[in-house]
Amino acid sequence: MNRRKIALGTAALAAGLMALPAMAQNEQFIPVLSYRTGAYAPNGTPFANGMVDYYNMINERDGGINGVKLLVEECETGYATDRGVECYDRLKGKGPTGAAFFNPLSTGITFAVTDKAPIDKMPIITMGYGRSESADGSVFPWNFPLLGTYWSAADMAVQHVAAKSGGRAGLKDKKIFLVYHDSPYGKEPIALLENYAKLDGFQFTALPVAHPGTEQKSTWLQIRQQRPDWVLLWGWGIMNSTSIKEAAAVNYPRDKMIGVWWSGAEPDVIPAEAGAKGYNALTLQHGSGTFPVHNDIVKNVYDKNKGMGKKEEMGHVLYNRGMLNAALGVEAIRKAQSRYGNKPLTGEQVRWGLENLSVDATRIAAMGMDGMIQPVKISCADHEGARRARVHQWNGKAWDFVSGWYEADISRIGPMYKAAAAKYAADKKITPRDCSKES
Amino acid sequence: MFYREAGQFKTDYRSDQQIFPITQDRVAVWAMAITAFTAVPYFATDYLIISILNPFLILAIAAIGLNILVGYCGQISLGTGAFMAIGAYAAYNFATHFPGLNLLVIFVLAGLTSALIGILFGIPSLRIKGFYLTVATLAAQFFFEWLFLRVKWFTNYSPSGSVVAPPLGIFGLPIATPHAKYFLVLGITVIVALIAANLTRGHIGRSWMAIRDMDIAAEIIGIRPMQAKLSAFAVSSFFVGIAGALWAFVFLGSWEPLAFDINRSFQLLFMIIIGGLGSILGSFVGAAFIMMLPIFLNQAPALFGIHLSTETVSHLEFMIFGVLIVFFLIAEPHGLARLWAIGKEKLRIWPFPH
Repeated sequence: MNRRKIALGTAALAAGLMALPAMAQNEQFIPVLSYRTGAYAPNGTPFANGMVDYYNMINERDGGINGVKLLVEECETGYATDRGVECYDRLKGKGPTGAAFFNPLSTGITFAVTDKAPIDKMPIITMGYGRSESADGSVFPWNFPLLGTYWSAADMAVQHVAAKSGGRAGLKDKKIFLVYHDSPYGKEPIALLENYAKLDGFQFTALPVAHPGTEQKSTWLQIRQQRPDWVLLWGWGIMNSTSIKEAAAVNYPRDKMIGVWWSGAEPDVIPAEAGAKGYNALTLQHGSGTFPVHNDIVKNVYDKNKGMGKKEEMGHVLYNRGMLNAALGVEAIRKAQSRYGNKPLTGEQVRWGLENLSVDATRIAAMGMDGMIQPVKISCADHEGARRARVHQWNGKAWDFVSGWYEADISRIGPMYKAAAAKYAADKKITPRDCSKES
Repeated sequence: MFYREAGQFKTDYRSDQQIFPITQDRVAVWAMAITAFTAVPYFATDYLIISILNPFLILAIAAIGLNILVGYCGQISLGTGAFMAIGAYAAYNFATHFPGLNLLVIFVLAGLTSALIGILFGIPSLRIKGFYLTVATLAAQFFFEWLFLRVKWFTNYSPSGSVVAPPLGIFGLPIATPHAKYFLVLGITVIVALIAANLTRGHIGRSWMAIRDMDIAAEIIGIRPMQAKLSAFAVSSFFVGIAGALWAFVFLGSWEPLAFDINRSFQLLFMIIIGGLGSILGSFVGAAFIMMLPIFLNQAPALFGIHLSTETVSHLEFMIFGVLIVFFLIAEPHGLARLWAIGKEKLRIWPFPH
């Protein structure tokens, strides 16, 4: 009896394994590392929804990219580096040609897979995060910190402070504090801000907040005592809403706070309720709101009941960012297909597409993102492609733009990129590419 | 039937004192070792090696280290993550400041640094016991996390606080492929397991166990508590430090103190509790259980063709994992290694249980 049961069970199991779906050959595999659980889930979920919805929309509306269907698989990292590395290794070889690229969605995972990328020939897209110096494509051929690094972000935050203080000279003797997530993510801007403090003559203090960021009483007590002129916030997940609540509790003016683009979305301000009113944050080009591309997603994905999230949360900042992240990846595959043919591509081929990616105004309009982003042009020397941002403010119900476009000052950041990239190259014994010889 | 020691006579002390006195065990272990060194790298995919086997072996080394302290000497420690971090950062600093150093020397030096600090944090164990000692080791955990986050010298003034392992290589041979890394880790694991097994069988191990079982009685029969306890701390931290250096250099390649936070300490403690306290085998089984099971559970639904949302899968992973931990602890509080030992006992007398 028992033995028969075991035999039956084994047979059923074998049958289950056989029934695995046959791999279609004309599919491009795209991995999505996401975190829908854990301390960062409120922010990770809308981002992942935006990404997956966009890929699904491309499949439903266009039948894939030039006939090549996108095969998307999510892997939950929980924002933990070791699980992220495991996901990367699990997914990098899937599909007929392997993964097109990875979006690690965590600075820690980015740092860990940066070492693996050249060996696996796998492009790493870190849109608006990751290693700042990886903007230098000659040392980091596989990293693409599209649309802005943390150094660009910090530069533009200082520009906003300067604009509000009557020009660059007004920065002198101002007190600027940075409240940051105590991880590589939060520490990235410190080197740049320390440098700028010397150049512009402002006083800079960095206050760390330990992961996950729910305990900030002592930090905000210091802010109450020392009354800085501006507070920059470099938080993620629950830390952001906690910071805004604590700021309200010590009555620090919220309109003197500037969050980085990862600290300026709906899950950050809504929990703080009225206390969040007046809070500012940089935007990674786009803000909240819906654009023509959203209608396509509603029509092709949500109306067919294939949507990942709620329809009414579609215009939210992080949803839009996930969508934009997916869109730039799709554009890179398109570009690579123009050279290698309309078939599934390897990571190495997609890397060429990323490096030669140019999204101009007409293309943006065709993508249905008119007014959402500005043109992006990647080159071998510049893997950032664009370094522009606006500041938006939470009015209690929605985000309003309160500044024009800032552009990070490459004459200041450029030398820092070069120096940091050269140090990395020396540590890892990498010979930088000669970008003048790249096609 | 096959697992029977009838007819295996021990005619000299040598054969009586082997690690595996039963021939079948010896054959099985040799077969496993040969498989691990030859067949596994031949058949295993890169994913299996990089993401499953390497981290499993490294965590098994750490679990052996912790088991020496907790399982054999009875000193409960929550500072394992910190000692792994010490190993990792010591290895990083030796590698950056002395670039020509052999990788194996770096690992040994990292282990020694960790051992030295382990002795330092073991000193309170001479005065305090049980929960109080746990709290003292907890202090080590928080202190070193703080130290590696704050004191920039340890991270070579890296702006983000994240450090990168140098390219690996031994005697001019680069260790870059998954297979090369696997052989390195496997080799070190075998050496560590052998050293640990022999230490715990000898007079040092016996003094640890005497202290664990009743420290006053041990003192009366002539065991010096200071030497026994501090040597346990030193050996334990040495292995844990090597595991930390391997975790950082071989598995992660680039890391921050968060990789060695308190959760890592808990994870290792759970490994040895579930695997079996005071058992080298238990360290391996526990490491396999705690490390591999969640990854398997995460992939299981897709493997059987069931499509669930990513959230559901990870919630299920947590739930089933938790239930299994509780189940195994109820089924056998002494750990999986004990279950194995009971099974072996049964096999030896099968089919006549009396």
